[in-house]
Amino acid sequence: MRKLAFVRVLLLSLAVFGILAHGQAQPRSEVLAPSGLADRIRAGEMGFRPPPQDAIQPGPYGEMVRLGRDIFNETGQYARPFVGDALRCSSCHLDAGRLAGASPLWAAWVAFPEYRAKNEHVNTFAERLQGCFRFSMNGKPPPLGDKVIVALESYSAWLAQGAPVGADMPGRGYPKLAKPGSQADYGRGQTVYASKCALCHGPDGQGQLTDGQVVFPPLWGNQSYNWGAGMEMVDTAAAFIKANMPLGLGGTLSDQDSWDVALFMNSHERPQDPRFTGSVAETRQKFHHSPWSMYGQTVAGHLLGSTSVPGGGSTQREE
Amino acid sequence: MTTFVAPILAGKALLELAGQAWRHVGNPSAAAAQHRRLTPERLRPCASSRPFVLSLARWDFSLANTRQHFLALAIMAAVLGMGRPRADEAGAAIAANGTPAGLAACASCHGAKGEGNADTGFPRLAGLAAPYIQSQLAAFASGRRENPIMTPLAKMLNAAETEAVADYYANLPGAALRKGTPAPSGDGAIIALEGSWSKNIPPCVACHGPDGIGVSPDFPPLAGQPAAYLQAQLEAWQQGKRPPGPLGVMEAIAKRLSPAEAKAVADWFASLTQGTSE
Repeated sequence: MRKLAFVRVLLLSLAVFGILAHGQAQPRSEVLAPSGLADRIRAGEMGFRPPPQDAIQPGPYGEMVRLGRDIFNETGQYARPFVGDALRCSSCHLDAGRLAGASPLWAAWVAFPEYRAKNEHVNTFAERLQGCFRFSMNGKPPPLGDKVIVALESYSAWLAQGAPVGADMPGRGYPKLAKPGSQADYGRGQTVYASKCALCHGPDGQGQLTDGQVVFPPLWGNQSYNWGAGMEMVDTAAAFIKANMPLGLGGTLSDQDSWDVALFMNSHERPQDPRFTGSVAETRQKFHHSPWSMYGQTVAGHLLGSTSVPGGGSTQREE
Repeated sequence: MTTFVAPILAGKALLELAGQAWRHVGNPSAAAAQHRRLTPERLRPCASSRPFVLSLARWDFSLANTRQHFLALAIMAAVLGMGRPRADEAGAAIAANGTPAGLAACASCHGAKGEGNADTGFPRLAGLAAPYIQSQLAAFASGRRENPIMTPLAKMLNAAETEAVADYYANLPGAALRKGTPAPSGDGAIIALEGSWSKNIPPCVACHGPDGIGVSPDFPPLAGQPAAYLQAQLEAWQQGKRPPGPLGVMEAIAKRLSPAEAKAVADWFASLTQGTSE
């Protein structure tokens, strides 16, 4: 009886509160006012805007575009034979490859074929995609003409419809970050990591799962991108982090913090570069000859690359 | 002296193993949810210190590890046969009857099984992470999370009672998702699944997990919560009536949502569990 009375009082007070709250319900809607040019391109106020996701038309072409989008968002599920880590394409290309400043597909599509210093020849877009699987996905490249490649090409082309072919699109890649004021530092990076990144990516950088599915991607270790991926470069990682991390709070880290934490992230072991020659020093000389690659450098007494597991992850074991 | 200490140590070791086993088995709802989905073989966890969130670093397929788990499971079965731990009983008692200090039974509003109440917007507690429940009770008690009902109630709980009641609800099953997720449509689904990046709003599921099932302990489940509750929380952040949460990210994101978007996204997550029996 007492309980019933209590519930009644509670419901009544809730109702009164609800009415009061409703009366003054004028929630402030503070849309972040984008300031700089980069922000405005990012917000879609200017620059290129890809078509909305629900504009994919029915029919065989639309189905291929849709498959490409699904591969992009759930890579391990839809392109499983070619994926050797726990990442998705959309882990780094945010908003399903649509977002300016997060390496959008539409900007890449119109830039290829392109000469790449990484492999010293002109690459088609399809070959570029193969590189993503080999390095960033720590897997193996789908053969040219494979449905996975065709689907990803279709999705990219669909996103880029109306974009000028060959143009250097504003919003391509990650917004380049000015060189750090003081040299990037592992210790400072560790502190930034603990306070800003560990919440999602875990205290040990291994990401988080729920119900067996990866929610927050691992940043290093055997389930992350390998030493051949573009993201292993500290300048690339710093640019990505500054513009996009923490998710929903992009642009809030200082430039210095972004550099420091990028260096910290990339000073951990990850799967071996698939181009490994058998010698870390030689592999560094051939493929990582840059101050922004930590591969082959010694950090906290450890030679990075010296204890990496072979590249390719699960895709190698399944062969 | 040793004759006294030895059995105590043995008992303690037994309890720790049982605790490990309990954590390993985890929350029954998480186990049930796993049946809904195909877990990729390469991501199957073997060991975890947390029930929902499994660190990728801990994959371990070694035989020794498996043996350890069997041992822990066997011991757990034995311990469970002797009765549940005291803390759980204390939590259950508070939930069902309140406290001598005058706290009303949690169940009177949050439901007999902690399932919440869709009509009144009282949130589901069953299956939430214990640290999350504790932090919210602390925020109610301090007034940082403004709520005229919960503040006086939370103030009546002492530390042990807070912990007991949080553990009790954390061990109850989480919400069952309705079979066949509704086809995504409307603004709510778009914000939940794709985000609204032109306003710097990431998809809710990017942090709260697929279907908003939650990523413990910092990203509570959204699926299973009443629409009115979810909407009220977004409004509370917009109005500064709820602590900004880890990194302040939820306050920042909530403020970018229009009132219509907040309602739509709350309705979407509520729709994921509509029609399921409790």
